[in-house]
Amino acid sequence: MRTIAIECLRYDPETDAAPRRQAYEVPFTDDMSVLQGLQYIKDYLDGSLTFRWSCRMAICGSCGMMVNGVPALSCETFLRDFYPGPVRVEPLEHFPILRDLVIDQRDFLAKLQSVKPWLVPRQPAPGEKDGFLQTPRQMDEYYQYSQCINCLLCYAACPQYGLDSKFTGPAALALLHRYNADSRDAGKAERMEIVNAEDGVWGCTLVGYCSEVCPKGVDPARAVNQNKIESTKDYFFRFLKR
Amino acid sequence: MKAYQRPMAGWWHRNPFYLWYTLREASALFVTAYALVLLAGLARLRQGEAAFDAWREALASPASLGFHAVALLLVLYHAWTWFKVMPKTLPFLRIAGRRVPDRAIVVAGLASAVLFSTILFVMVKA
Repeated sequence: MRTIAIECLRYDPETDAAPRRQAYEVPFTDDMSVLQGLQYIKDYLDGSLTFRWSCRMAICGSCGMMVNGVPALSCETFLRDFYPGPVRVEPLEHFPILRDLVIDQRDFLAKLQSVKPWLVPRQPAPGEKDGFLQTPRQMDEYYQYSQCINCLLCYAACPQYGLDSKFTGPAALALLHRYNADSRDAGKAERMEIVNAEDGVWGCTLVGYCSEVCPKGVDPARAVNQNKIESTKDYFFRFLKR
Repeated sequence: MKAYQRPMAGWWHRNPFYLWYTLREASALFVTAYALVLLAGLARLRQGEAAFDAWREALASPASLGFHAVALLLVLYHAWTWFKVMPKTLPFLRIAGRRVPDRAIVVAGLASAVLFSTILFVMVKA
């Protein structure tokens, strides 16, 4: 069986002033993911290695890590592609490290809640009794954005978030747009405050890497930049609304 | 809770994607410099024929030609990057109910840029 070196960033808040690297030699088969490599380390080499994971099939969004400097879901990134190695595994960039490969997500979770990622029901139209109907075209306006699994790869890809974590950031703004673009929703006015803020869409300089790394085909850069138009309209049209 | 925040120093050359992004942003300086050279030409034109000819002569110097060669490459790259992200700045475009693919928007943008540049070039040459 082939082996490959997996270099993990290790950090123990109780003993380490700064993270350090530790390499493990891991035997692997062609169907083994980076996550399975880490699980091998934890089971057979070093039980203290800490990382998050759950579903192993790219839907829970827990196992996002930097693999050779690129944000990726470790469950759908395969060791064979890095042979002969080594594979460098680090916690997601731009987030504080709590321990080893585990990052502190609280900043994102607060932002996610702030964008009201739920339907704020609009008034039913006359004759609309059996819930809100939606055409395929109306659904197409937001469907792609609704695929977000909150894995935070886009935040790890966004240098603007790294430089200033006050920036609302790609996933939260993509989900904000997902609801604003939904024909059944009436929460846009409430959400525009976040869009218009200095730390809202205007914190984005369209690096575009967020959309490249998204494992679910969401295009956060598009959501953010479409909303620069919305924000501009909001700014100028308020003079007309008076 | 104690946590370690990694430094951002040198972020722009950690990943090739960031390097290309930084080049895109830096190319704006050359776009500006080139615009200023043209603006200077306009100011010299206003000062009369002798001044304008002196400006044109200065443009033919090796340093100026070197600058223009670099500026041309960077302006082309600058233009290409913005056409490339153009679909991201637009709401979904639909023609007869079908969404226009992003590729078509990029190609249409690039094609129109080439077309109008060529028309302009022919007009100036004629």
